[in-house]
Amino acid sequence: MSAFLTKSMARNIFYGGTLFSVLLFLALTFHTTWQLPKRVPTETPSPEVARGKHLWETRNCIGCHTLLGEGAYFAPELGNVYKRRGPEFIKVWIKAQPTKVPGRRQMPQFNFSEQQLDDLVAFLKWTSEINTEKWPPNIEG
Amino acid sequence: MQLQYKSQAVAKPYFIAAIALFVGQILFGLILGLQYVVGDFLFPAIPFNIARMVHTNLLIVWLLFGFMGAAYYLVPEETETELHSPLLAHLLFWIFLAAGALTVVGYLMVPYASLAQMTGNDMLETMGREFLEQPLPTKLGIVVVALAFLYNIGMTILKGRKTAISIILLTGLVGLAVLFLFAFYNPSNLVKDKYYWWWVVHLWVEGVWELILGAILGFVLLKITGVDREVIEKWLYVIITLTLVTGIIGTGHHYYWIGAPGYWQWWGSIFSALEPIPFFAMTVFCFNMVNRRRRQHPNKAATLWALGTGVMAFLGAGVWGFLHTLAPVNYYTHGTQITAAHGHMAFYGAYVMVVLTIISYAMPILRGREVNPERSQVLEMWSFWLMTVSMVFITLFLTAAGILQVWLQRIIPNPQSFMAVQDQLAMFYWLRWLAGVVFMIGLVVYLYSFFAKDKPQTAEASEAQPAAT
Repeated sequence: MSAFLTKSMARNIFYGGTLFSVLLFLALTFHTTWQLPKRVPTETPSPEVARGKHLWETRNCIGCHTLLGEGAYFAPELGNVYKRRGPEFIKVWIKAQPTKVPGRRQMPQFNFSEQQLDDLVAFLKWTSEINTEKWPPNIEG
Repeated sequence: MQLQYKSQAVAKPYFIAAIALFVGQILFGLILGLQYVVGDFLFPAIPFNIARMVHTNLLIVWLLFGFMGAAYYLVPEETETELHSPLLAHLLFWIFLAAGALTVVGYLMVPYASLAQMTGNDMLETMGREFLEQPLPTKLGIVVVALAFLYNIGMTILKGRKTAISIILLTGLVGLAVLFLFAFYNPSNLVKDKYYWWWVVHLWVEGVWELILGAILGFVLLKITGVDREVIEKWLYVIITLTLVTGIIGTGHHYYWIGAPGYWQWWGSIFSALEPIPFFAMTVFCFNMVNRRRRQHPNKAATLWALGTGVMAFLGAGVWGFLHTLAPVNYYTHGTQITAAHGHMAFYGAYVMVVLTIISYAMPILRGREVNPERSQVLEMWSFWLMTVSMVFITLFLTAAGILQVWLQRIIPNPQSFMAVQDQLAMFYWLRWLAGVVFMIGLVVYLYSFFAKDKPQTAEASEAQPAAT
């Protein structure tokens, strides 16, 4: 490497460059936080949605499904499932698991109450209304 | 050969635990690979989501064991002083191992929802998010272990010589601990949750972990090449500058489609498109140092691992990352097997290989010899090629599956449903699984290499040389 660059210069560039990047990132984060209320259906989700998210997390749904493209790639995208299938289908589907079709990927039975199913649907509805810059490309996710 | 500093010996159990958990990770990887084609394999005993959690969490934990072992080994030598408290290091080892083992047993034995209830998730909801699935006590345990570990390493560096390698390592480790705190922030607003979730996940693997990677690689290259410290440390500063300047704003490539403003498509695309540069610098760095070596180090296996890290980190993290990082491309590839392909080669090439590099260099010395016997090294190099080449194939098969998936599900005029598309990818999943089996064979050869001795009075010259690819 060039003799013009000494180790202490390289170190100073590292500290300066990192500080600049962190500050820029924080500024963008600040602006994003400020914009966010316009991009989600409700800034503070309703208790139903919050309970639905809790169910989503404690059943580890992300271990098989993607949600807005993030998660595991073993089962369908659910960020837009509310629009793809509608609330009734979602509830019936969850209640019918596992399909037990031999050789087919299986989803566990979670024994949800009607209230819990409604909460989960509320969470999926809220999620489907986030402004995702028109992602996914089509309804199949 | 003796250790330069007695307290370096605490690294040994860390490395052994790392390798043991690595084996567990790969076994669960094979289960997952099979479940992709035989959907009901082991259902309902071990559903896919549980196996995946074990697979990814074991990876993270064993890499952390590797990083900590590396720190305990290299910091005394760099600072030219004994470790502040070897006892604390031993104690933390058992705490971390117990926490890790209990967590995995919990995943496998208790339904996840019950586990959440038993471990206080209702008090502070942190579970059920990808890679951060650990119960609250485990997460708190990680924080305690990380703080005590940083105290131990920090005190050692404070009383000894302060080299760039040890300062960069410490900076990376502090960043790792601080960013993990965002694992405790989980608002009910999903967009905010996802936004800050990436502060742990992205800023770890595409940020501070690269500092740890650079420091470990720099240390091993310093030892095996004998190149001037000034040169190596200057390279390191350049590499980590490029890493953080591209990687921090590069976080934006995760913000395209999760509800954040559209301008992230510009910030994310431009900065993350530059993320391969530090990895390329690392490749050049490795080869440059080895070419300029002032001595022929007898540990050929360690040299091979170091060069391999330079190449595979660039391919996996750099090239395969770049493939789908630009927003217009990512619009179609986001959340498909393309991501899985990149994830596998990036983790293997960057972090698995750097931990195996330091183990390859340090473990013989920890076992009281400068290098392993010839036959052991030859076996280790075979395992290098078996694991590395099979990982290349895993990546290629997943990439092929991903391209087909994008085409059938997102591009053609009458897009097909997720499961209909998955059925058509079966051949690639089978091939991926076979490559995984070869990886496992490579890992078995690797394990065996630790116990291989030279045959008495036989010429080793005829031993097969691993072919270059």
